Amino acid sequence: MSDTRRASRRDFLKTSSVALAGTALAGGLSVGRAAHAAGSDEMKVVLIGCGGRGKGAIVNCMEASKATGEKIRLIAVADAFEDNARNALEGLKKDKTYANLIDVPDDRVFSGFDNFQKALDANPDLVIIATPPGFRPIHYKAAVAAGKNIFMEKPLCVDAPGYRSLLETNKEADAKGLKVGVGLQRHHEPRYQETVQRIQDGAIGDLKYLRAYWNGAGVWIRERKPEQTEMEYQMRNWYYFVWLCGDHICEQHIHNLDVCNWVKGGHPVEANGMGGRQVRKGKDVGHIYDHHFVEFTYDDGTKTFSQCRHIPNCWNSVSEYAHGTKGWADCSGQIYGGTEWKFRGDKPNPYVQEHVDLQTAIRKNQPFNEGHFGADSSFTSVLGRMATYSGQVVKWDEAVKGGPCEMPETYAWDAKPPVMPDENGSYEYAVAMPGIYKPY
Amino acid sequence: MIRVTDNRRNFQPSLAWALGLAVVFGVGALAIAADPEGLKPSEELAIKWLPKPFPVENSAAKTEAEMKAYTELVSGTDLKFEMVPIPSGKFLMGSPDTEEGRGEDEGPQVEVELAPFWMATHETTWDLYEEWSFELDVQRRKLKSEEASDWDKIADAVARPTKPYTDMTFEMGKRNKPAICMTQYAAQFFCKWLCAKTGRYYRLPTEAEWEYAARAGTKTAYSFGDDAEALDEHGWYFDNSDDAYQEIGQKKPNPWGLYDMHGNVSEWVLDQYIPDAYKKLAAKGGLVSNPFFVPKTEIPLAVRGGSWDDDPQRLRSAARRGSNKDWKMQDPQIPQSIWYLTDATFLGFRVVRPLELPTEEQAKVYEPDPQIMLDYKEAQGGKE
Repeated sequence: MSDTRRASRRDFLKTSSVALAGTALAGGLSVGRAAHAAGSDEMKVVLIGCGGRGKGAIVNCMEASKATGEKIRLIAVADAFEDNARNALEGLKKDKTYANLIDVPDDRVFSGFDNFQKALDANPDLVIIATPPGFRPIHYKAAVAAGKNIFMEKPLCVDAPGYRSLLETNKEADAKGLKVGVGLQRHHEPRYQETVQRIQDGAIGDLKYLRAYWNGAGVWIRERKPEQTEMEYQMRNWYYFVWLCGDHICEQHIHNLDVCNWVKGGHPVEANGMGGRQVRKGKDVGHIYDHHFVEFTYDDGTKTFSQCRHIPNCWNSVSEYAHGTKGWADCSGQIYGGTEWKFRGDKPNPYVQEHVDLQTAIRKNQPFNEGHFGADSSFTSVLGRMATYSGQVVKWDEAVKGGPCEMPETYAWDAKPPVMPDENGSYEYAVAMPGIYKPY
Repeated sequence: MIRVTDNRRNFQPSLAWALGLAVVFGVGALAIAADPEGLKPSEELAIKWLPKPFPVENSAAKTEAEMKAYTELVSGTDLKFEMVPIPSGKFLMGSPDTEEGRGEDEGPQVEVELAPFWMATHETTWDLYEEWSFELDVQRRKLKSEEASDWDKIADAVARPTKPYTDMTFEMGKRNKPAICMTQYAAQFFCKWLCAKTGRYYRLPTEAEWEYAARAGTKTAYSFGDDAEALDEHGWYFDNSDDAYQEIGQKKPNPWGLYDMHGNVSEWVLDQYIPDAYKKLAAKGGLVSNPFFVPKTEIPLAVRGGSWDDDPQRLRSAARRGSNKDWKMQDPQIPQSIWYLTDATFLGFRVVRPLELPTEEQAKVYEPDPQIMLDYKEAQGGKE
């Protein structure tokens, strides 16, 4: 082991805490505050979607402001469920650091299906959207229509109509000069940025294929409560319904597919795959699969081989690899073969860094719209799901044009969601059957 | 026992306990309650429900003289691990001013005496840890339609972590390799589960117990001397580990038969990390018995032993480190998990078993505070 490497590793330990400060300095040089409400030096934020990730995102936003110098003020919280909104607010207030940045009176705690519109009407400068993915196109469209800067969680859609809506909204956001951050935080990690750059500069030769994995144990379950309507139950236990979550290939694996698209500089044109539901049994796990394997093909014939799995105690990996004619790369910071290299630089908290970069772009009024690659990567995941559900070869253009709508016709607590339980309370009948399921 | 303060909430023994369903017998161990299903082992102290010992050769001892090395069998599984007796005794905790690479927090040296205990010869492996965390024993029993034993019935009711959000091995492998990325709280709950599965009282070591065992009677920087050059034979560290933890027990053990005390993974101990802890002890004057700085806050807690990701000086017997908020950096949820430290890829633990069962007062600070879990569940809004 060379001394250089050891020195740089120690330096990493020392410098990781000051990296954000450096960014702040750069961001502080400009005074453009066009996006802020006139006469205010605060950045007023509303949180739409108050689950674990929403609460995480607003805290990340507040943490980022320590580096950017922005005066963040949370002015409203909104969630379909009032208890979620209130609990988030109470939870955030418990920490004094955050409590000082919160000004949410009782009449700015919004709930119900129109919660997002009420939050947008509260006149924020920045909107954080962390609702279940199915709602994202609707909420994004409304936020852009209201002329707000946006940070929104991935994935951005669960179906083709959603994707088409995103493309329109992206255009409108650009036309209005709005800044749009998407929670694909690998784009804000120096280790990924540098590796992708090196691959694109030829460090592994010509790209032959990529591999992507999110093989893990699975996520939480929320049990049904007797007083819940079907709509409420599904929105509480949202992970297990395609219209809300898109399946785990969309909700988690998008991170890895997004890196492949990033390296490749585009999205696939077709996909085929297989998948199923091996261990996900019971009434409380909706109708999504627990494993998918997809072979994606890009327009020049380059492939991405993708695995995602929700089965505990198997071989697990959350990673992305690129293979070229001269070597291969772990996209998170290492190159093997031709030019051996390992990232030894700074590793800032990516969930904070993505807000640092967004706030900086807002302050400096720089072009910043991650909705473009966010939409493409989201639909890449949807295309993968279409391939595994159907067992057919699915084509990007056809899927975008003809893919079905997964969303409900009506949003109301007593309305019927697109998938209803059978007489035994099970959704097993609705699990997609390859060979029978039609992707579009 | 020295306690800084103890602000944990009082435990509420269940009605079942109050009614005396459990019966005292032997050297303080308790018989299994007539109705194990009425117990709440996650919320009640293990000393209150510790089942009869699962029969294991050489594991019983009433006096220090009777303590022997034994192979612990985790009932209802094919898992086993080795325990060796650590004799009672005195030692100088901390390092002398002259020790190379020494931190300020390692002094002044304080004379400490400790009661006897057994310690696991190896770091806790994924094999053991995931049996608990993924409920593999429960699932296997279901698949084979096997009856739960009396030990299982209690163990099944001990809380398990939520599912990990990502791959917690970070592709460093599992079989015979040390478990990592758990909070101290999770490690403590694993110990509770072990209590239920074995009928013997397991917990994490205190910081003093850990250093005493690591030194194994030596006064040098490492248990093999002062020369870091010799470390290659005794431990995994940054220069020889190829950026990953390694299978347990491949390097030479210390004089008391403990493997990987230097390196491989750092190890959780029970204490709050207090930089001037030894000054506080020294201020009391004279010999200190069984010191333990009971944690008041989640951060910083003490970890020991250094890891595959450290340079030699962090592997010294006296080297101390406090846990850090950044060890949870990649946990994107609020509340952050009480079970996982997503960025502590260098941190594991090993278990000890004291000869004397603790009193109720002691057990309250040796065992995980159930309120933390109950609060977390509530804050999770019904996620299971």
